[in-house]
Amino acid sequence: MTGQPLLAVHDLSVHFATAEGTVHAVKGVDFTVEAGRTLGIVGESGSGKSVTSLAVMGLHRGATVTGSAKLHGRELIGAPEEEIRRLRGRTMAMVFQDALTALHPYFTIGDQIAEAYREHHGGSRKRARARAVDVLGDVGIPEPARRADEYPHQFSGGMRQRAMIALALSCEPDLIIADEPTTALDVTVQAQVLELLMKLQQDRGLGIVMITHDLGVIARVADEVLVMYGGSAAEQAPADTLFAAPRHPYTRGLLDSLPRLDAADGAALRSIPGTPPSLLTPPAGCAFHPRCPVYAAAGDPRCTGDRPALRQVADGHRSACVLDEVTTA
Amino acid sequence: MTTSVASAVDATGADEPSPLLSVRDLGMTFPVRSGLLGRRLGVKAVDGVTFDVRPGETLGLVGESGCGKSTTGRMLVRLLDPTAGTVAFRGEDITRLPQGRLRPLRSKFQMIFQDPFASLNPRQTVQQIIAAPLRAQGLAAEAIRREVRDLVHLVGLAPEHLERYPHQFSGGQAQRIGIARALATRPELVVADEPVSALDVSIQAQIVGLMERLQRELGVAYVFIAHDLAVVKHISHRVAVMYLGRIVEIGEKHQVYDRPAHPYTKALLSAVPLPDPAAERARERIVLLGDPPSPASPPPGCTFHPRCPKAQAICRDVAPPLTPNGLGREVACHFPES
Repeated sequence: MTGQPLLAVHDLSVHFATAEGTVHAVKGVDFTVEAGRTLGIVGESGSGKSVTSLAVMGLHRGATVTGSAKLHGRELIGAPEEEIRRLRGRTMAMVFQDALTALHPYFTIGDQIAEAYREHHGGSRKRARARAVDVLGDVGIPEPARRADEYPHQFSGGMRQRAMIALALSCEPDLIIADEPTTALDVTVQAQVLELLMKLQQDRGLGIVMITHDLGVIARVADEVLVMYGGSAAEQAPADTLFAAPRHPYTRGLLDSLPRLDAADGAALRSIPGTPPSLLTPPAGCAFHPRCPVYAAAGDPRCTGDRPALRQVADGHRSACVLDEVTTA
Repeated sequence: MTTSVASAVDATGADEPSPLLSVRDLGMTFPVRSGLLGRRLGVKAVDGVTFDVRPGETLGLVGESGCGKSTTGRMLVRLLDPTAGTVAFRGEDITRLPQGRLRPLRSKFQMIFQDPFASLNPRQTVQQIIAAPLRAQGLAAEAIRREVRDLVHLVGLAPEHLERYPHQFSGGQAQRIGIARALATRPELVVADEPVSALDVSIQAQIVGLMERLQRELGVAYVFIAHDLAVVKHISHRVAVMYLGRIVEIGEKHQVYDRPAHPYTKALLSAVPLPDPAAERARERIVLLGDPPSPASPPPGCTFHPRCPKAQAICRDVAPPLTPNGLGREVACHFPES
């Protein structure tokens, strides 16, 4: 654990100017990703989990980003577009939810991978093509030499997702950011794609940021978990700790509201009342307080004061709840 | 233990109430033109589907995309006319009933859709949306107003919501409006097609809880169609698993989930990630090869055989019929788990 982490994000904030006012999509988020490890970022719609990853990748069109994100110690926020371009693909790559949108419909899968490879490594078309066939084979596409000449619409959903992973891997990045990579897939195909990502990680020591709303996916792949709510970090812990001993009332509520295959019979779902906050008119203080059972029972001025930051509650475990003593008492 | 379960099932089987809905050999073949010559081909989206729904129960219909669960759901309420088989509601065959004769019956079976915004008219107020089915039934204006207020209260919305338009609501609230509209005519059956899959996790539980409460209070039966096996397990009494247009396993929820007899059911359940890292590491996972095949070119024999870890020669030739497997369950497999 000595030396610098693969990715270190500190106090990252993202805001957009819109006609209705400024949207603070991400507010002061911190996390690190080590080589060969998976950080899961979990949250509901509007939690800021996707915007966080886009900001790190420099793909945040029209947004203002502040704070720091260092990849191998090199600052990404505010770096010239040229430099980010060089890093994107070669050092960090992204896998999106919808492969049909992310892949170009007019070019063959093989051409798209070869082009990305040549962009970063140069070399002959022939070499790039051979590389494309290789990575398609690596991600489990049968008959890769033949399938490389097909177009995205000729691939099934699962195969397309594999092709996008191949595209991401073609330049041998150290970090992959996967934003809901299996959400559009059937559960049996999702299992294949998750298995593939974990195998690639083992073989290549990839650092992975897995962004998802699915706590089951998080439990399957993540070593470390960051829970986001209303643009802020609510809780961060090793995966085992987070599921076994969640501290933040939102994390607890989320786990309690989940129907589970392994649930005892007749276990009632305890839903969280209300709805996630609007990012345009966020509540003061803790974004979760209007829905929080702890606040409802033991209302405290700190919940509506300054926006609470993550603080250490146990070894390697941080929560942003100012009433942590009350919650866990 | 097992015998007591068996006798309990047998006991209920003996004096079973007459079914609310009886579906027999239901089939839907969509015409498709293919190739340069425009040959007419048929895609069998649903093939030989048979099941009953009892009054006040929830039957879960699960399967992956393209398995025919939504097409089946639409045929149950005659939003699609089946190309084969029958649907009987309280013993009356509604499959080929002309619209005029169907209308009075329509109030008894309703539907809830996945996307609440797409299924609510954006230019109508909540009042108008919920009143529409009541007006279609010919209720007087004053009675409609009273009913709508009751319904809005029933689904957990406030009276001030009545004059608002759908876009002013969150996804969860909009789904409550869809539920209120479906319940307006006091139906005995509601077919819900992925009613919570577009909603955030914390909101899903609210809607599932609402549907459960309404079933307890009103005695309405649900056909709950979803791809999320955990949600279906939570809400259903019985579950049918579909694969490529057919039911491969149907039975009492605990039988299907705790002792899956069809290899597909078993693989499907093992593919669902559990929100528990320790359990995830410990469990046996069956990763199926390949994708679900296209209904346009189904494999011969048992359509699951190309992906099945147990497939034998017979599976490639003979499609196994849905056969009772004891314990109130039916399975379509030559080599079911015992």
